[in-house]
Amino acid sequence: MIDFHIKKPPVTYDVVIVGSGAGGGMAGYVLANAGLRVLMLEAGPFFDPAKDSLQLKFPYESPRRGAGTNRAFGDFDAAYGGWELDGEPYTTKDRTQFDWFRSRMLGGRTNHWGRISLRMGPKDFKGHDVDGLTDNWPISYEDVKPFYDKVDRMIGIYGTVENLDNEPDGIYLPPPKPRLNELFIKKGATKAGVTVIPGRGSVLTEALPGNKDRYACFYCGQCNRSCKIYGDFSASSCLVIPAIKTGNLKVITNAMAREVTTGANGEATGISYVNKNDLQEYHVSAKVVVLGASACESARLLLNSKSSQHPGGLANSSGIVGKYLHDSTGAGLSGFLPQLMDRKRYNEDGVGSVHIYSPWWLDNKKLDFPRGYHIEYGGGMHMPSYGSTSGIQNLNGLVPGRDGKMKEPGGFGAGLKDDYRRFFGSQVGMSGRGTAIAREDNYCEIDDNVVDKYGIPVLRFHYKWTDAEIKQAKHMQETFQSIMHEMGAIITSRIQGPETNYGLEAPGRIIHEVGTIRMGDDPKKSALNKWCQAHDCKNLFVVDAAPFVQQGDKNATWTILALSMRTSEYILEQRKKLNI
Amino acid sequence: MNRRESLKAIGLTTLSTTLLLKGGDSEAQSVPKKHTPPAVDEAGRQPFEVERDKKLFAEKYFTAHEMATITVLADIIIPRDAKSGSASDAKVPDFIEFIVKDIPDHKTPMRGGLRWLDIQCLTRYEKKFVECSHPQQIEMVTEIAYPKKAKPEMRQGVAFFNRMRDLTATGFFTSKIGIADIGYMGNSPGKWDGVPHDVLKQHGFDNDKI
Repeated sequence: MIDFHIKKPPVTYDVVIVGSGAGGGMAGYVLANAGLRVLMLEAGPFFDPAKDSLQLKFPYESPRRGAGTNRAFGDFDAAYGGWELDGEPYTTKDRTQFDWFRSRMLGGRTNHWGRISLRMGPKDFKGHDVDGLTDNWPISYEDVKPFYDKVDRMIGIYGTVENLDNEPDGIYLPPPKPRLNELFIKKGATKAGVTVIPGRGSVLTEALPGNKDRYACFYCGQCNRSCKIYGDFSASSCLVIPAIKTGNLKVITNAMAREVTTGANGEATGISYVNKNDLQEYHVSAKVVVLGASACESARLLLNSKSSQHPGGLANSSGIVGKYLHDSTGAGLSGFLPQLMDRKRYNEDGVGSVHIYSPWWLDNKKLDFPRGYHIEYGGGMHMPSYGSTSGIQNLNGLVPGRDGKMKEPGGFGAGLKDDYRRFFGSQVGMSGRGTAIAREDNYCEIDDNVVDKYGIPVLRFHYKWTDAEIKQAKHMQETFQSIMHEMGAIITSRIQGPETNYGLEAPGRIIHEVGTIRMGDDPKKSALNKWCQAHDCKNLFVVDAAPFVQQGDKNATWTILALSMRTSEYILEQRKKLNI
Repeated sequence: MNRRESLKAIGLTTLSTTLLLKGGDSEAQSVPKKHTPPAVDEAGRQPFEVERDKKLFAEKYFTAHEMATITVLADIIIPRDAKSGSASDAKVPDFIEFIVKDIPDHKTPMRGGLRWLDIQCLTRYEKKFVECSHPQQIEMVTEIAYPKKAKPEMRQGVAFFNRMRDLTATGFFTSKIGIADIGYMGNSPGKWDGVPHDVLKQHGFDNDKI
């Protein structure tokens, strides 16, 4: 007979943090190093890249040769979880398609992410001043800059100083040199009028001064597998594990938070959670509660934390929690470069992040959509894996054979075997990642009819792209075709048109969802103040991407890290003043 | 920490490329007569992954006849040549046997396609595919290997052969033999210093500011 009595250990922590990703990890790091007694709850298992990474395995070390059967992004990808979690459904309404990726593990999605580390720019924080279409953040780039600087120094990032208007420069290690396909891309893009600059990524191209735990990158190109030598940024390796070493941070893994508990005055008192190992209910008491469970999960937690003081959910007197959800836009195109056939072989792995990229380069006043997108480029002589040689019948009829004569596409035998060799490393691809407009009408809410296997009410999503995003995707497709043309490349992917929204990925697909617990100066229109402190609950903070008012065409991670550091320092300062 | 220390940290010294180019010893042997399920490498794997692989290894889908047909087809698609071994040298049939269990969407198209092929051969040559002579097999494959040229009544065979070709190529070029053949030289810790100078020159990037 299972004993369901809630277990309440007698200890009261200074801080309890829900989530061990970029935001939760940074908060744990700052607060533990400041000497606070911190408890961190992580819904997944412990993960240490040094032990658990599948880095440096060849494809034949997986029976499925790296296919994405068990792990969405490939058999060696460092993501436990995926688009669907067993026993943890979510729902949609009004013909919404929303795909929601969750990594249930220490470090969360920072274990497998692309390490593309971009600061939001001054215009991104003050979009209302640009075109009136979105709300301004209550803070500016200048407020966040000191924290971006500290994050750059602490974690290490490569790039180059470019003095671009809305792409603030960081404190950079040298970037990796371009691959051969990237030299062609830069040449073709420049001809097409598209800016290409060195990439910006959180990979240690040189040793990080003062850090004895992390080593310089050895260029295996497998950042997505997470790094055994901590050569790139994962919250697990760079934040949580070092924080544990201070002796001030305790991490409880396989702990699914159920709700934030509150006291008689409406203040947060701790977290109720279920231990997935013994399926018992626990409660942890803390003086301060920090949520870093990821934008939608943190919103879900607040909405599920109802009380008489917080009838609409904790910190939700504005009714804003769950609303203004938005994900990056994304669309792509691919093909190959005939001049890259029959390539000389050498190790071209490089880093597992972008060697080059295109920051947004145009003036929206001349365009039919607001804001912009950056472009990420692919190609190179990468490790073969399941499916990477598929579809040769779509390639080998497009160019003359070794004898100078055109071939009948498809085939078999010695000639076909040779064709695979000829095309290796000739492929090239490009993807846009752009700003979606945050709208009140795109949101997640609690589905009153559905609970997950722990009995926790689940989220229901309502989300539609609008013309602003669709026209941006159209522009992406036109830009990509132009670049491919200027390179002399042959496009082999299907060119997406209006019937597929120009290839605009479904919401959630880019895995940059933000905005569900907005910050703002007005408690009627926001849930958090500019310190990511709940208006309604002074000892409650949110440190993932939920506080974002409006994203830019920069993925969220670097801003999450900077804001979490800023909020954590504010917590320390407020504690000193005995305000919380 | 510098790069040499970082390699030491994971117990590696600089991997020699000759290690990569040397063909894998075990794969040069013919298909073993007794099938023992391979051990599942558990490090860094979640329990469900380990369990699932064990189940898949224990499952049997293709019959002996189907496997024989797959083997002949795979070696027609990727034969031994001067540079490297055949698909069966690289254990591609074993890979195909596993992958249809791992990705069940392959099961019916493969089974149905193999049978379609046998019926075609029975009709033309009064023998199943594996029993036909090599020239007959080549003649049959030629009917379905060229999507743009195939007769309309061969379309089901074209779809099957496209799939079979893809699975054979994937199985081959992700094997040790195939990786050496295609010349992938990565997965070897070291320093990336950009495109080698002779390659830059070959492609006319010599004078560009890199």
